[in-house]
Amino acid sequence: MNKAIITVMGLDHTGIVAGISSVLADFGVNILDITQTIMGDMFVMVVLVDVTPLDDLSPLVEKLSKEAEKLKVKVSLEREEIFRAMHRI
Amino acid sequence: MLFTTEEILETIRMVQIERLDIRTITLGLDLLDLRRETVRETAFSISEKLKGVTRDFLDIIKKVELEYGIPIVNKRVAITPVSLLISSKDEKDYLYLAKELDKTAEEIGLDFIGGYTTFLEYEISESDKAFLKAIPCILNETNRLCASIVVASTRGGINVDAIKEVSYIILETAKLKTNPVTCAKLIVMCNPPPDNPFMAGAFHGIKRGEKILDVGISGPGTVRAALERLPKDSSLIDVAEEIKRVAFKITRAGEFIGKEIAKRLNINFGSVDISLAPTPEEEDSVGKIMERIGLEFIGAPGSTAILFLVNDAIKRGGFMASSSVGGLSGTFIPVSEDKSIAEAVSCGALTLEKLEALTNVCSVGLDMIPIPGDVDPYTLMGIILDEMAIGVMANKTTAVRILPVPGGKPGEWVELGGLLGKAPIISVNSFSCRGVFERGGRIPPPISSFRN
Repeated sequence: MNKAIITVMGLDHTGIVAGISSVLADFGVNILDITQTIMGDMFVMVVLVDVTPLDDLSPLVEKLSKEAEKLKVKVSLEREEIFRAMHRI
Repeated sequence: MLFTTEEILETIRMVQIERLDIRTITLGLDLLDLRRETVRETAFSISEKLKGVTRDFLDIIKKVELEYGIPIVNKRVAITPVSLLISSKDEKDYLYLAKELDKTAEEIGLDFIGGYTTFLEYEISESDKAFLKAIPCILNETNRLCASIVVASTRGGINVDAIKEVSYIILETAKLKTNPVTCAKLIVMCNPPPDNPFMAGAFHGIKRGEKILDVGISGPGTVRAALERLPKDSSLIDVAEEIKRVAFKITRAGEFIGKEIAKRLNINFGSVDISLAPTPEEEDSVGKIMERIGLEFIGAPGSTAILFLVNDAIKRGGFMASSSVGGLSGTFIPVSEDKSIAEAVSCGALTLEKLEALTNVCSVGLDMIPIPGDVDPYTLMGIILDEMAIGVMANKTTAVRILPVPGGKPGEWVELGGLLGKAPIISVNSFSCRGVFERGGRIPPPISSFRN
């Protein structure tokens, strides 16, 4: 299974989870885990997803960036292995 | 969740705010099988091989960059030293091959190609003379080709005659089109590593294999940011510990990305160079790290010790993180490429002599330093000679990449553009060393190099 982590940050308002998850559904990307916290007045959401069905991640990244712009939040996507390399021995 | 939110945000912060990046992906290529009867045939076969091998190179890098979210700044190729590919007494042959290499690199879309390299620590042959004579023209008429000249090694000693020749070449290169930037593509070296991914000194070492991928990471911004989060009264042991922790993480990221690209290209992964390499961005600075630890400016008394601390802590973290650490793996102190180092020179805190002292405890050497264009050639020779002596005696890499500025006076700022930054012209000690070079010859290798 190819996993990726999507991080969403911005001022908290309604519709962020819905906006991001509908993009994921459009691409057939399954959400494996999701956590969210409020740091100060900042909304932080971390979504672990299964990107196995996608050969090329660039259309998804592009669509997520567009959605993030609409929602006035910052979004980034990284494949999971980079976090494993940096944070696990 | 596999990772805590803090861990994930730390990675995101390092990349998006603290400018962690992969500074270079360098593909090493063996070209020894392409030596032909004529230079034209050799150049043609090299060009064909370069284009073939790099067909998917840039696309794969772009894909990995997107999937892992870490910027990859430079895409380069290092080739077998040109002095081993052709042997000619006519400098036009070298110029022809150099231009073909540059043209091919441009067609492929590489940032740089390294390997216009020769080794002169023992002797200067007739073909080396032609090789050297072509350099001013080559560097002024090409954009992507980098030249490196080895004039000393711990095992071979120092070739003083070669330093003399090379100094004239540097001055002529700067003068030809009154453009000091051309000299940024020319480096004089002692003990060069065969797997250096950084320019201008990269070449593909002998018998390193047909194809290999080396990677250079960089994260002065991440180190500085980590030190800023540390309480101001933390002891130096805590400072070393913090740098080590950051170095571990950025090395792991670099090694992972390098191995991933190598896997997708179906070639072997070589090494990860863990050097701290600054950029002219305000926060991405080695000078700023030194200031954060407690110096008013890099160059103040105490700077050599603090640079030693930083450099060693990086290595401790880097070597724990990866069994493939290679290349230069030191701390770069390029004057023009680091805003705070350039400012330290400008205000008089950092002199050429102190820069030389600093190179005792980190790698690289005198790097990206503008000097007056009317410098006495013997003074330039003396500067290079001293830097080579440090490398020979300490059994480490040292190098000189100095930029004579035609018409420039000490204190005047020189704009070099882009990642090369800007810097003030540094004063040089003009007391003469002419007698040394009039004697000429070689300085024998140190007794400590004979370990058998």
